[in-house]
Amino acid sequence: MATETAQSRGEALSPERRVFITKVSLALMGLASLLVAVPIIGFIIGPLVRRFPPRWRPVGSVDSFKIGETVKVDFRDPSPLAWAGVTAETAAWLRRTSEDKFVAFAMNCTHLGCPVRWLQEADLFMCPCHGGVYYPDGRVAGGPPPRPLFRYPVRVHNGQVEIRTSAIPIG
Amino acid sequence: MKNLLKSLIDAFEERTGLLKIMADLAEHPVPPDTGWWYVFGSATLVAFIIQVVTGIALATAYVSSSGNAYDSLQFITTEALMGNLLRGMHYFGASAMVLLVGIHMGQVFLMGCYKYPREFNWVTGVVLLFLTLAMGFTGQLLRWDQNAVWSVVVGAEQAGRTPIIGDMLARFLLAGKTIGGATLSRFFAFHVFFIPAIIFGFIGIHLFLVLHDGISEPPVAGEPVDPATYRQKYEKIINERGVPFWPDAAWRDVVFCVAVVAAIFLLALIFGPPKLDNPPNPSLLARDPAPDWYLLWYFALLALIPHKLTTPVILLAPLTGVIVLLLVPIVSNKGERHPRYRPWAVASVIIIVMMIGTLWVEAEREPWSPDFEARPLPIAVVGTNIGPVVDGAKLFHEKGCEFCHEVSGYGGHRGPSLTWVGDRLTRADLTVRIMNGGYNMPAFAGLLTEDQLGDLVAFLESRRKER
Repeated sequence: MATETAQSRGEALSPERRVFITKVSLALMGLASLLVAVPIIGFIIGPLVRRFPPRWRPVGSVDSFKIGETVKVDFRDPSPLAWAGVTAETAAWLRRTSEDKFVAFAMNCTHLGCPVRWLQEADLFMCPCHGGVYYPDGRVAGGPPPRPLFRYPVRVHNGQVEIRTSAIPIG
Repeated sequence: MKNLLKSLIDAFEERTGLLKIMADLAEHPVPPDTGWWYVFGSATLVAFIIQVVTGIALATAYVSSSGNAYDSLQFITTEALMGNLLRGMHYFGASAMVLLVGIHMGQVFLMGCYKYPREFNWVTGVVLLFLTLAMGFTGQLLRWDQNAVWSVVVGAEQAGRTPIIGDMLARFLLAGKTIGGATLSRFFAFHVFFIPAIIFGFIGIHLFLVLHDGISEPPVAGEPVDPATYRQKYEKIINERGVPFWPDAAWRDVVFCVAVVAAIFLLALIFGPPKLDNPPNPSLLARDPAPDWYLLWYFALLALIPHKLTTPVILLAPLTGVIVLLLVPIVSNKGERHPRYRPWAVASVIIIVMMIGTLWVEAEREPWSPDFEARPLPIAVVGTNIGPVVDGAKLFHEKGCEFCHEVSGYGGHRGPSLTWVGDRLTRADLTVRIMNGGYNMPAFAGLLTEDQLGDLVAFLESRRKER
């Protein structure tokens, strides 16, 4: 047993050949892994490259908004998936500033994204999470928010106020 | 009959050898007198197994679609046979796992079990700790209600603070630019397939290393670990005084694990699962999202740090936590194991526990959240029913002052209490504060008429100990 040679255990390969075959095998396995990994990774990062054309959404007739008032308007995300259900709903704070001017603020606090509330009597937006406060024009009035409330583009189209929906404002 | 069974077993064993392997594993020798401190690792494993089996059961009815998950959760909770109990067990099982992983880690640290030759097993344990927390967060989101939706937004906003790739990370988490159809499917896949698969792998390595290096012997004060001689010393203990793991040491694990299972069952039976919040409709804004208890302390930390530090803390705190924990066995892989000779180790555990505990207490109170439910001040508090003081008290509520400032037990705690503010500040001071605002307070200059300001100041001035 002690003198067993490579030959007696079958056709052993020469050391150089073993190194070569190891390398080829590893490369082949790497290639196979790559073939599987590419579609998986592509699929998972798909949402990063998916086209997401913004869309104008009507939120009510011009007459239904009073000058100087801020109200919550609900609308649907642009191109929601069929199974999104209520999660496709979203909202913004719409302020009619004059006869023909509207401003739409994102509901997300610029601190950590919590939903800010409009306090009618106090004329302020306030965030329930960490007490961020904003003035009626969206400027930071106090607390942790680093920047003013994000604004969505608004237009009046055929007597309807329309908001251009877009991404949740990040950062 | 008995003989038939025996011959069947023998035939099976002769072909597989599995019984011998299992028996060897069960009876492998361990150090004597390991005692009750050693039960937390197995208990964590048992909690994990409970999570796997209750999770699989829940998955037979749960619908991982953004539009339908909420309805399926309601079905599970209110209609499905024992669904409420099962959801409760999955929740309390998660709580048990987080708690036990923490205790297990604390025990391993305090007893110096992570020192040579078990450094790498500490590392696998750290990975398992963070995977457990990741399971906690993703699991909480599968409870797809209003709180979950806003928690995803808050999570995405935090990821969005990362320089350069922040926007991509946030969009990766949301699976799009908004909460929507793709969001929940993604978290479901993470929670149910991806993270558990990694956990299984790391538990495998963790257990293999326990067998490879042996269960650490209870620390003895004055007997430091010397990597040069430790292996021989450990062999000697095992050879001379080792006892079979099963049942000599394992019976304590069994007793404790059964207690854990019973506790999870009873808590689920008595308290049930966390209540479902409103439906996951992002246009419903009346929500102050908060994580479940195991991450609540971190949430409190983000609320309490100075505003300017938010981004650095979000980015660096978790990273620092991982690095510090990974460095533990590299910095001290030899020397004393007994806590009596490791005052810094004991002190750091006490400090960490106290820090997290304090943050928890604060998170329960949430003093940083405005109190939107604050009711108008009653006459008894106002102290009069005519004049500017009454009008001022009304404004104090209407203008939102009371959401953040407490007066005689009414109102929020975001800002300082104003119960006795008349003793502290003069009329002029009050006016300046209200008009100019402060660090956390809006400037009311453009928001109040002169009369309103006068009334408000009159009311605040009247807040004195002696009227």
